[in-house]
Amino acid sequence: MSRWLPFPVISAMLLGTWLLLNESLSIAQILLGSAIAIAGSWILVRLDAPPLLFRRLWIIMRLGLEVFVDMIRSNMRVARLVLKDKRDRTPGFVRIQLNVRSHYSLAVLACIITATPGTSWVAYEPAGNVLVIHVLDLADDDDWGEIIRVRYEGLLKEIFE
Amino acid sequence: MSGLILTAALTLSKGFLTLAMAAAAFRILRGPRAQDRVLGMDTLYVNAMLLLLVFGIGSGTTLYFEVALAIGLLGFVATVAMAKFLMRGEVIE
Amino acid sequence: MNALEELPLWAAILTSILLVLGSGLALIGSIGLLRFKTFYERIHAPTLGTTLGLFSILAASMIYFSVGQTRPVVHEILIGIFVTTTTPVTFMFLVQATLYRDRFEGSDPLTGLSDEQRSVKTPARE
Repeated sequence: MSRWLPFPVISAMLLGTWLLLNESLSIAQILLGSAIAIAGSWILVRLDAPPLLFRRLWIIMRLGLEVFVDMIRSNMRVARLVLKDKRDRTPGFVRIQLNVRSHYSLAVLACIITATPGTSWVAYEPAGNVLVIHVLDLADDDDWGEIIRVRYEGLLKEIFE
Repeated sequence: MSGLILTAALTLSKGFLTLAMAAAAFRILRGPRAQDRVLGMDTLYVNAMLLLLVFGIGSGTTLYFEVALAIGLLGFVATVAMAKFLMRGEVIE
Repeated sequence: MNALEELPLWAAILTSILLVLGSGLALIGSIGLLRFKTFYERIHAPTLGTTLGLFSILAASMIYFSVGQTRPVVHEILIGIFVTTTTPVTFMFLVQATLYRDRFEGSDPLTGLSDEQRSVKTPARE
């Protein structure tokens, strides 16, 4: 943004973390937290992090809700798989052609995929923008590429790119 | 009444988490490969963190929260360091 | 046990349900860690405890302390944010390390994946 506040979003997050940790909203804590937040964003400038801009808070909340619902659903599914391990379960790797390219969208996508039980991020080939994930149960030809593209990629593209 | 319900739930979840830690510890001992042991270690510390949060509810102090946070922070660094060691044979290049 | 007795009944029931749900999920995840046969399957099991299991126990703690101390206690959110952002990182690191070691030993699990062949099914093996 400017020379004094290069990463406004990250500074705000740092201030929020500080206030949560101290559980107070007094003037002293807000001042101290702001100082730490601004100093923290200067460190990011030294690290040459790409600028982070959130567009459309509404879409971020929609993505969060979508991930939360998905997480609950896949938790139940994996819990069932653990408790009665069926014979015909086929784990396997899936290759997915991605559309998003920016570092932040890839990072968020990686966190989402690994954090939902049942899928995990295995490898990424930057040359062809191809992602390999591991799926715990490749049941009846679910098209995982289609699922990820429809569910997350569009929203991520709108937020970061 | 509410004391009775809470005491029962606390005892039950402490039992569950202790069993979970035992399962993770068994995976550490059993292996078979190094990455399985590291994964068991990761699960062990997450379960320990959850157990500390349950202890915090049982004792009614927020003191355990800070311990749980410290375990979360240290466990993350430890697991990443071990994964890095498995990949490169050294932690700091 | 006085502090436990003073809690209203609805809060006690809600806290208890969340506690048992969370620790049950953590236990199921750890059992999965024992039951699954290959490393790439095992990596899915502990995520039960680090997502919904963790959230349930954090919510139980937040409800218990907020109702018991009659002021909002929300610092548990910090553990939630922290663990949900760091666990995927550690798991990705571990998978990378495993992939590297598998390739080093000459058994690349990803052989057969190409633009035409989009998925490889790995039979459950010991």
